[in-house]
Amino acid sequence: MSDNSNPNENEPETTGHEWDGIREYNNPLPRWWVWIFYATIIWGLGYTIAYPAWPLIERATPGLLGFSTRAQVAEDIAAVEEANAALKAQLAEVDLTTLGENEDLASFAVNAGASVYLANCSQCHGSGAAGAVGFPNLLDDAWLWGGTIDEIAYTVTHGIRNEQSFDAHWSEMPAFGRDEILSDGEIGQVVQHVLAISGQEHDAAAAEAGSVLYLDQCASCHMDDGGGDMVLGAPALNDAIWLYGGDADTITESIYYSRFGVMPAWSEEFRPSSGLDQAEINAVAAYVHQLGGGQ
Amino acid sequence: MGILDKHKILETNATLLLAGSFVVVTIGGIVEIAPLFYLENTIEEVDGMRPYSPMELAGREVYLREGCYVCHSQMIRPMRDEVERYGHYSLAAESMYDHPFQWGSKRTGPDLARVGGRYSDEWHVLHFIDPQSVVPESVMPKYGYLLNREIDPEHIQDIMATNRIVGVPYTDEMIENAVVDFNAQIDPFGDGFDALLERYPGAQIRNFDGEDGISEMDALIAYMQMLGTLVDFSTFTPAESR
Repeated sequence: MSDNSNPNENEPETTGHEWDGIREYNNPLPRWWVWIFYATIIWGLGYTIAYPAWPLIERATPGLLGFSTRAQVAEDIAAVEEANAALKAQLAEVDLTTLGENEDLASFAVNAGASVYLANCSQCHGSGAAGAVGFPNLLDDAWLWGGTIDEIAYTVTHGIRNEQSFDAHWSEMPAFGRDEILSDGEIGQVVQHVLAISGQEHDAAAAEAGSVLYLDQCASCHMDDGGGDMVLGAPALNDAIWLYGGDADTITESIYYSRFGVMPAWSEEFRPSSGLDQAEINAVAAYVHQLGGGQ
Repeated sequence: MGILDKHKILETNATLLLAGSFVVVTIGGIVEIAPLFYLENTIEEVDGMRPYSPMELAGREVYLREGCYVCHSQMIRPMRDEVERYGHYSLAAESMYDHPFQWGSKRTGPDLARVGGRYSDEWHVLHFIDPQSVVPESVMPKYGYLLNREIDPEHIQDIMATNRIVGVPYTDEMIENAVVDFNAQIDPFGDGFDALLERYPGAQIRNFDGEDGISEMDALIAYMQMLGTLVDFSTFTPAESR
């Protein structure tokens, strides 16, 4: 700043505007600023010519560059699809049982399957595939509906007990208590028997009585020894792996009310807007199969 | 004296300045907003869209009340990563019966535009009761009390009539049968099954929360399970002009 002794000495001229004795200095904007301002206006006009902008009668001007967000996303997807086209086509067609023989394809499948899994399956089965109460662990070698890679792919495609696919796995355990098939006392005895065959502490006398009821009511699906039946999705009862819990209270609840676990059908056939295509299904089956428990 | 020299008249007359500003803003509004109401490609025609069934609408009211839109969007943008994760990008037609729309502006949780059919009803119940029980890394609060709140369809006709005022094509028949349809959607063995499907094609009919009675949980899950499932994408070809 210059010397302040005479405040009026360096004052710029005024614009001549005056309002209530207040005058306006004529301090123009810097030239560089003004030119950039003009340039943005010209740029803006050019932009509206190059890109979709001006609304007309039926639609907006499409712009000289023909840009469209939809075309762009289709292009992005097509580019990735094309890069993987050969592998994806192979993967969609492959006989899953022999997938392991083609190392490149198997490696592609497992990696692609991992991302399909995280986006779609992890919410129920957990991001590490360890499951949650009511949602099976996919890391162990206990399978409800079959653990071969083909069976896993089928389960992913059609799901379990859903209304989306007619070919979904289906079975329904009776609600032995609620529907009064067994009395509370009888259920207590069956529970003791189940505790016995799963190697837990139990009341031997009640378990003995329960074993008769078990053979009558339960063995047709869960098998005489409690080994389960994968055709019916009947879990094994003679191990320490439980979907809902293996303590007496939870087993009682399972027998009393039954269970009805549902898995959605994941094929795009049943959910065109967000389902999986055949290559994705095969990929996620390969991924789940190699997690540890694949048969 | 050009016209530019006359700005003193505007600048020294507050009422005139206000009126002038209003004219300028109006022009901006007309150019930017008005065309959306008449351009034919704003909302393209798609097969399958229908107004919400009474139960779904009640669920949507719960969704609004709980402020789900604060953390969840319902708008899959046309970008590869979103399409790969959530499914087909959202179409304007898919929210044309939403008043107000639920696009949201922030994703603390995932987008829900196509959550319908992705998870089982039981998963939704467990997840609302305790989100961390199925998704340990989740920060979503618990909504288990929805199970205990019985929901009564006493206002459903009013809500539908209000939606009709703002343009949702509810027919007299739909509004008349609202309560019947409301109850029918929870009862897969009831008499109202066919009539409900007739009025609302593709509606899912079952006891969503697995408990007796109709709770807010039923309504909210009915809404969740239909989100993004209506449009028939097998017949959809995107208009080139977008």
